[in-house]
Amino acid sequence: MIETVLLQIHEPGETPLPHAGDSDLAVGIDLGTTNSVVAVSNDETPEVLRDENGSGLVPSVVAYAPDGSAIVGQLAKQLLLMRPETVISSVKRLMGRGLQDVKSISGTLPFEVIEGEGMVRLKVSGKELTPVEISADILRALKERSEDQLKQKVEKAVITVPAYFDDAARTATKDAARLAGLQVLRLVNEPTAAALAYGLDKEAEGLYAVYDLGGGTFDISLLRMEKGVFQVKSTGGDASLGGDDFDHAILEYFLTERRAKFGDEKLTTDDVKIALVTGRMAKECLTENDSGDFVLEFNGQSSKHTITREKFDELAAPLVDRTIDICRNVLEDGDTFPDEVKGIVLVGGSTRVPLVRKRVGDFFGQSPLSDINPDEVVAVGAALQAEALTVGSDNLLLDVTPLSLGIETMGGIVEKVIPRNTPIPVAKAQEFTTYQDGQSAMAIHVLQGEREMVDQNRSLARFILKGIPPMTAGAARIRVTFSVDADGLLTVGAEEVTTGVSQEVAVKPSYGLSDEEMAHMLRDSMVHAKEDMEVRLLTEARVEAKRVMEAVYSALHIDGKLLNEDERAHINVVLNKLDETIAGDDRHTINAMVEELDRETQVFAQRRMDKGIEEALTGVNVEKLESAIES
Amino acid sequence: MLKNDKSGVHPCWSCKGPVGGGDLFCETCHAVQPPGHIDHFTRFGLQKAYSLDVDGLERSYFELQRHLHPDRFANKTPKEKTLSQQQAVSLNEAFEVLKDPLKRADYLLSVHGMTGISHDHTVNDPVLLMEAMETREALMEAQTVDTVNALSDKARRDVRDCVRAIAQAFDQEQYDDARKLALRLKYLTKLLEETRQHKARLVMK
Repeated sequence: MIETVLLQIHEPGETPLPHAGDSDLAVGIDLGTTNSVVAVSNDETPEVLRDENGSGLVPSVVAYAPDGSAIVGQLAKQLLLMRPETVISSVKRLMGRGLQDVKSISGTLPFEVIEGEGMVRLKVSGKELTPVEISADILRALKERSEDQLKQKVEKAVITVPAYFDDAARTATKDAARLAGLQVLRLVNEPTAAALAYGLDKEAEGLYAVYDLGGGTFDISLLRMEKGVFQVKSTGGDASLGGDDFDHAILEYFLTERRAKFGDEKLTTDDVKIALVTGRMAKECLTENDSGDFVLEFNGQSSKHTITREKFDELAAPLVDRTIDICRNVLEDGDTFPDEVKGIVLVGGSTRVPLVRKRVGDFFGQSPLSDINPDEVVAVGAALQAEALTVGSDNLLLDVTPLSLGIETMGGIVEKVIPRNTPIPVAKAQEFTTYQDGQSAMAIHVLQGEREMVDQNRSLARFILKGIPPMTAGAARIRVTFSVDADGLLTVGAEEVTTGVSQEVAVKPSYGLSDEEMAHMLRDSMVHAKEDMEVRLLTEARVEAKRVMEAVYSALHIDGKLLNEDERAHINVVLNKLDETIAGDDRHTINAMVEELDRETQVFAQRRMDKGIEEALTGVNVEKLESAIES
Repeated sequence: MLKNDKSGVHPCWSCKGPVGGGDLFCETCHAVQPPGHIDHFTRFGLQKAYSLDVDGLERSYFELQRHLHPDRFANKTPKEKTLSQQQAVSLNEAFEVLKDPLKRADYLLSVHGMTGISHDHTVNDPVLLMEAMETREALMEAQTVDTVNALSDKARRDVRDCVRAIAQAFDQEQYDDARKLALRLKYLTKLLEETRQHKARLVMK
């Protein structure tokens, strides 16, 4: 019975409908802190798109030329040392963040941030840009790379995000894609994407942990893989802990040595940018070697620094320990002991650090698996998922919410509505009431996080439900509904149950872009924004028209005998007319024809319903009869 | 499984032809249907009984998600995407409740018109209270993994016995007994969780 659902039955010669030029091609993008990767999959054979040197990694570094154009990747990375004031790196760390969040990120930052409300803004090449715009430039470069190599337009993508990204950072990522002219088919969590790539490649089955330490984020997910189902049991992480922090730790160590020699120095943001490159070089050097020598030069003074693997391990230990603590919590949430985990998949360039491998191995009591390229596996998984979404697949990803969602109640306490590790999509409702007589409005404050008090959690959004009719305190019943979709994005609705006064908001994070800002940026980024909009509406009209036609064809195939020849011929005429209008490009005509088809098939629909009800009644009678005979 | 119910025939939103009450897809045009307000057991094609095969339930859950998950509708019309999300949400909710012996007991009590136990924070059963205190004391004193294992083995056996007793109570329509046993299960589940946490602290030091 299940198979029949997937069968498409067509009258010979009447279908399939022409797919006029709308490409189904979708790529998978790993938008990383340090590097980004784009891949594409055909027939479940994923391929990383590489440059002429064979490198799949595009450094997530953007340089802005005086004319405002963006240079992304290797070239921008080289400019970092020569023209640091024009270059931004590691911008992912700032996605969906406000000024206060940025200030709380530890260490000296290579960003010049501008004071202000809402989403943080950076100063670069004399311009003020949001992390969303800078990320959009990286995505644009990846889009171009794919179009150059695949020799066709690429407008759809699956983009990965850290599992532990909150709603603000997810929304920011989606906004960036929109600015870059990419339709996001799905945001997929990075460890889940890695598991998909790994599981399909190695035909892994059982309980696996994916330990993902990237440039700026740490994720650990516990997954069950079985017969094409990838089910996340629990996930955890730290959205501001990554390889960058190792670089910072080394840099701070060098700076302390310098201070002992030269006294206090004033470092500019540009000095920090360059010094961090040295920090990264030292880290990479110590992955292979036991010690290395490095030189720092600012303010005309140069200093030489020696660092050993032992010293590096000592500097990195607190960071690695934090990841292990999080692993412990995730296993506990997943009701699992380390020895029940069948394998540990390492993801992210930072897992090359020897101390990381050692600690992970010690904790799980087994060597982590390293037979996959930790830099590319996420993009490969994203590409597989992109193919699954466009072409279809037998595999299924079942993910969870990484953080609890709740609302503020009396006394600044958070009432959880959806606990962390709940399978998505999910919708949950909770009722609240007024606390004052005649209260006509209620402020809804949406929060994300695990702590009990409001100020310890992340504020996602605030809105006010107005128009509550006057009632005594506690009499109103305000039902607040939280819905999290398959991308992990939240929508909140509030309704006064007795009167039906309601309001629904897609959560626009406190640190997100406002609709006006988004509209403005879209205008700036797309010269043909209006035409693009028209094209999208036309595509939607066609998709809808095709659905309606398919539905009528199916109905004719099964119930065609309910019509006489004239009636049937008439419907065919209308169908043919609709088919013709679909081939044209006037969406108003298409929509009008859809309505006409709807009108002209009403009698047919009525006869089908009458027949259906009659059959159902007969069925019931037979069943009743049978049960009567049995008893 | 995809066709639950012969009754409640109504027009398909897409092709306007007849669709059965609990059908997930229209037989004629294959369009996904709204999830409807059916109880969690019916959603999985199960009898409203407490005892169920959790592995079988999970297999059905995966099978249904394979057809209904929004990932299967990425290329469809907005209406179909919305319906698939609603279906997946209902399925997740039903699965979360049915797979968990405690939530299942609570839910089945409400199906039979009894007050659930989710808001019952106090225990009035003196025998249960005494047992709880003693076990908790033993757990606090446990210093080795073996001692904790012994305690958690006992808790697991108690949970299993309690689940069986609840099933029996429901089968015999002894809903007051079922409710009392469900409260005991709530305590045993919590205890089992605490033994796991305690063991985790000892193991993952």
